[in-house]
Amino acid sequence: IMAADSDGEEDFVSYGTALEPLEEDEPLKKPIPLHEQTVTDEKGRYKRFHGAFTGGFSAGYFNTVGSKEGWTPSTFKSSRQQKAEKQHARPARPEDFMDEEDFGEHGIAPTEIHRSDEFASGCRNETAEMARAVNAQASLIPGDTLLEGFIRAASSSIGVELLRRMGWKEGQGVGPRVKRKARKQTSDSSRAYGCVLPPGGSEESEDDEEFAPENVTFAPKDVTPVDFTPRLGVQGLGYRGLDPGMALLGQAVPEHVDLFRPQSESRSKLFGESSRGKRRGGVAGQAFGIGALEDDDDEEVYHKDSMSRYDTVLAEEDPGDSLFGWTAPQQYGKTKGEVDASYLGKILEGFTLAQKPVEQKTIFPPPILPSNYRPMHRRPGVEVSRMSGISSALAEALRTSRGHMVTEDPQKGGRHQLDAGQRGALLGESTQQGPGSVMDLLRPEDRQRLLNLRNSSNPPAAQITTPDTQSALRAAVAMASGMAAAASSGLRQQQEALAAWKGKTSTQTFRPFENIPSKQARYEQYVSRLKQGDQDALEQSLDSGMTEWERSREREEFVRASILYRPSSSSLSSRFTSAKQQEDDNQVEVSRDEEGDVDDKEAAAKMKMFGKLTRESFEWHPDKLLCKRFNVPHPYPESVMVGLPKVKRDKFSVFNFLTVSDSQQLIGELRLQTVDVSSDRNSHPALSSANQESSDEEEEEEEEEEEEEEEEEEEEEEEIRPPMDLFKAIFSGSSDQDSSSSEEEGDKAEEEKKGKTDANHLNLFSIGTTSASTPTASASTASASTPTLTPASSSTLTGLLHPPLRSFSFIICRRV
Amino acid sequence: MMAFPQPKPEAPQLPQHLHRTIDCKQGAVRAVRFNADGNYLLTCGSDKSLKLWSVKGEALLKSYSGHGYEVLDADSSYDNSQICSCSSDKTVILWDVGTGQVTRKLRGHAGKVNCVQFNEEATVILSGSIDGTVRCWDTRSRRFEPIQVLDEARDGVSSLKVVQHELLTGSVDGRVRRYDLRMGQLHVDYIGSPITCVCFSQDGQCTLSSSLDSTVRLLDKSTGEMLGEYTGHKMKGYKLDCCLSSKDTHVLSCSEDGHVYCWDLVEGSLSLKLAVGKAVVQSLSFHPTETCLLTAMEGKVQVWGPNPEETQEDV
Repeated sequence: IMAADSDGEEDFVSYGTALEPLEEDEPLKKPIPLHEQTVTDEKGRYKRFHGAFTGGFSAGYFNTVGSKEGWTPSTFKSSRQQKAEKQHARPARPEDFMDEEDFGEHGIAPTEIHRSDEFASGCRNETAEMARAVNAQASLIPGDTLLEGFIRAASSSIGVELLRRMGWKEGQGVGPRVKRKARKQTSDSSRAYGCVLPPGGSEESEDDEEFAPENVTFAPKDVTPVDFTPRLGVQGLGYRGLDPGMALLGQAVPEHVDLFRPQSESRSKLFGESSRGKRRGGVAGQAFGIGALEDDDDEEVYHKDSMSRYDTVLAEEDPGDSLFGWTAPQQYGKTKGEVDASYLGKILEGFTLAQKPVEQKTIFPPPILPSNYRPMHRRPGVEVSRMSGISSALAEALRTSRGHMVTEDPQKGGRHQLDAGQRGALLGESTQQGPGSVMDLLRPEDRQRLLNLRNSSNPPAAQITTPDTQSALRAAVAMASGMAAAASSGLRQQQEALAAWKGKTSTQTFRPFENIPSKQARYEQYVSRLKQGDQDALEQSLDSGMTEWERSREREEFVRASILYRPSSSSLSSRFTSAKQQEDDNQVEVSRDEEGDVDDKEAAAKMKMFGKLTRESFEWHPDKLLCKRFNVPHPYPESVMVGLPKVKRDKFSVFNFLTVSDSQQLIGELRLQTVDVSSDRNSHPALSSANQESSDEEEEEEEEEEEEEEEEEEEEEEEIRPPMDLFKAIFSGSSDQDSSSSEEEGDKAEEEKKGKTDANHLNLFSIGTTSASTPTASASTASASTPTLTPASSSTLTGLLHPPLRSFSFIICRRV
Repeated sequence: MMAFPQPKPEAPQLPQHLHRTIDCKQGAVRAVRFNADGNYLLTCGSDKSLKLWSVKGEALLKSYSGHGYEVLDADSSYDNSQICSCSSDKTVILWDVGTGQVTRKLRGHAGKVNCVQFNEEATVILSGSIDGTVRCWDTRSRRFEPIQVLDEARDGVSSLKVVQHELLTGSVDGRVRRYDLRMGQLHVDYIGSPITCVCFSQDGQCTLSSSLDSTVRLLDKSTGEMLGEYTGHKMKGYKLDCCLSSKDTHVLSCSEDGHVYCWDLVEGSLSLKLAVGKAVVQSLSFHPTETCLLTAMEGKVQVWGPNPEETQEDV
């Protein structure tokens, strides 16, 4: 403060713009006189006001004419050439000749948004208003329809318009004119409210009319439309909000409260009520006291409760008083004559009392139980003799619960050692068709052998008399091994087939030779003979017209098929549902056009007779997009397939892929493919001694019972595996110096022995040379694995496997 | 007006003079290819790289890397804007030449891809693989699946060529297959020995196929009859190239004895035995119009011309 004082005004902070210092000698600025003040429009042009200050408008260029040059409308064009065009294009509008000021707010043609005449509150739909007024009674917020009254479309609907044309007037009902006495009008005749509720009262009042001309018809009475406004809020059905008209006045009889509801006056008129009682201005009631403007001083300021306001008697009171308070139904007191008194006030809004009483259901009392009744159920179907295999605990339980005596002594072993048939019998099921256990399928000697085997191996304490599933599996294994042992001799196989089929009545569903009907017929004949137990079934069913070789072949196939599909498996399969599209599973898509004999071609190639002998042409379908990309029309425009045409063939044998004739004959050789693939487990040299192998299995069985289940699968494969000579016949059929993927190791050894003539060549492309006998299946499996490089010679091998600098060479890889 | 007599046709020249040797420095050169007009060459290296060179200036223009294993074949599109290459990593890659970026990497082959070709308009890439399939890849769409898979081959596809609407494939199963898109036909010619390389002749009437029985055969395209057989070279274990000269006058083939054998097409006589080096001549490519030959041996590429180098340099 001291410094500020000493330094003077420099330290003051100044806000705002300082006024220019007045210089005394300068003359005072005069305000611009009125005639020098200018007005500009929005484009900065000077505006002159013509004539009266408000009404005038400027026209022309700087108060002259349209433009600097004179009166030349900017849109002027010589109409000599363009007359027709201009008239056609757009007729001249008045706007074309108007200034832009004219479109402004004060112009002669303002182009601003203004209220249209379409919407006006003048015309009112009286009926709708009335309905709304009625509905407003029940609405939660009284008077919430007020806003709707402000905006209302003046245009009426086409229906109303049509009715009007037909002579209908607002306030009238719709329908043919009625011949009756004129209705009683309310005192205000200008307001023709059609609907006067309740109808009974209205009719009564009509009768009172004295003047009723006979020949005059009247419009029918108008009906108040039902308002279907959905109920909002969470209040229950029949709830009514606080009616301010009643609440404020504290009276049951509604009176006018203009404060909240402007329509209440019309409403009261609507219901034919006349205002009674003293009308007061302002708010009066329990909580509000008496306003300053009230002149009624004797009214109690504060609410005083009195006992007279409460019910003291539990009885029907005379309706019409404040029994239901202000939540009383609307029609209460008016329809009292029609409604049963006991339902008064209990009927929900929107519900009416039923005309007919609901029929009473007659309920009969349950019968009285006799005194000696015991609540127990005795099963009628179970025989005592079948109750043999149950445990003592179960027998005891049965005895006590059912009163059923178990006659036999309960055996050792719990209920878990019952088989399915016994359990089913216990439960009273009907027995299944077919053999109950695998044991039944066995020949008696096999069964006996099995029993001996187990008796010797198992201690008698753990002996189980009832065959369970484990032993059944074991039996199957034993049977399979027995069959494998018999595989060497066809006679024994035939015996076995006979044993399997003899006396069986099950229908054969599997048709292994379906593709050759005659063969299938012969097979079926054979099977039916087998069922009869015919010893010479095979020989009799074969076709005598065939060659010996064909017959022997067919004989072998039939026996094999009959063993494969003997009724045991069919009885098992009867418990399963067969697939819907079985034939699809048995078929595979192969190329329609098979390649011809490779031997011929190879011979031709060796003789250098290239041409027709080595050339083969197929129909080949390129992809549509490929043709498009190659700018080539599609050769087969209707074709939907791509590649070589395919046909469906049975997929029983992998040899289907090779030649047709072979595949037909070998069709019975199911699962040959799996045998072929699993060659690493059972190498083929071991195959020849199938007999020995199976007997080995039998011995192992005694020691390792756990492994048997796993090995069972293997055994089954063994069972159906064809003899070795069949393989030889197949593989040696295509080419004599061949090697195939399954016999690779052996082949390599052979080749080494063969000599060095073409050793490299063969080694490298062993598959290539065998070519035709290379199944596609092996090609696909080989492609998945990493191809290994096999060199032409050992010297290039090192260079190749360790690239690149020793030998920069590239080799064709052999497919493994 | 007198017509001038036709000039006497000069004797066909052979690319017998070594012009230059390019050390590609990309390991072994698995394949060497001219581009469509013969001004550039592509080398496929065993070090996973693909290199683009100028033939005249022997300059390295660009190196394309993106393959996961050695590159086995490559082809350039007709407008030199794209290159496709295939590799042992089972993929086919479409390259943008200018940027060197991978435009598309096409996976689907189950084994290494031996050969790759554009079609004439570079709308389709065809690749043949050791998995025995030829896959047709669309370069126009963003689909990553091939348009069509030709799985007729029973063994690996070693070579393929596309001319107009025809696709020629050679397979290790000893067959040459010709797919005719216009006719919707597949013609299979049985050769017997595993095919290493197939070619169309320039006039489109013949097919040339080399096989591992050390024989190159010229077959009539329409009938499959043999028109010529060319022997003398050694082709026993490696996938080596063969080709026809630009005017269909000679048949050329690589050999495992380090030479390029050149036979007269009609007579079948050996007209030139070009000593390239000691190792196996891996690949060769003939100039599309001129008499110019590329050979690849080990890590180097040789350019051969008809005349001694001095005159060539003057041009």
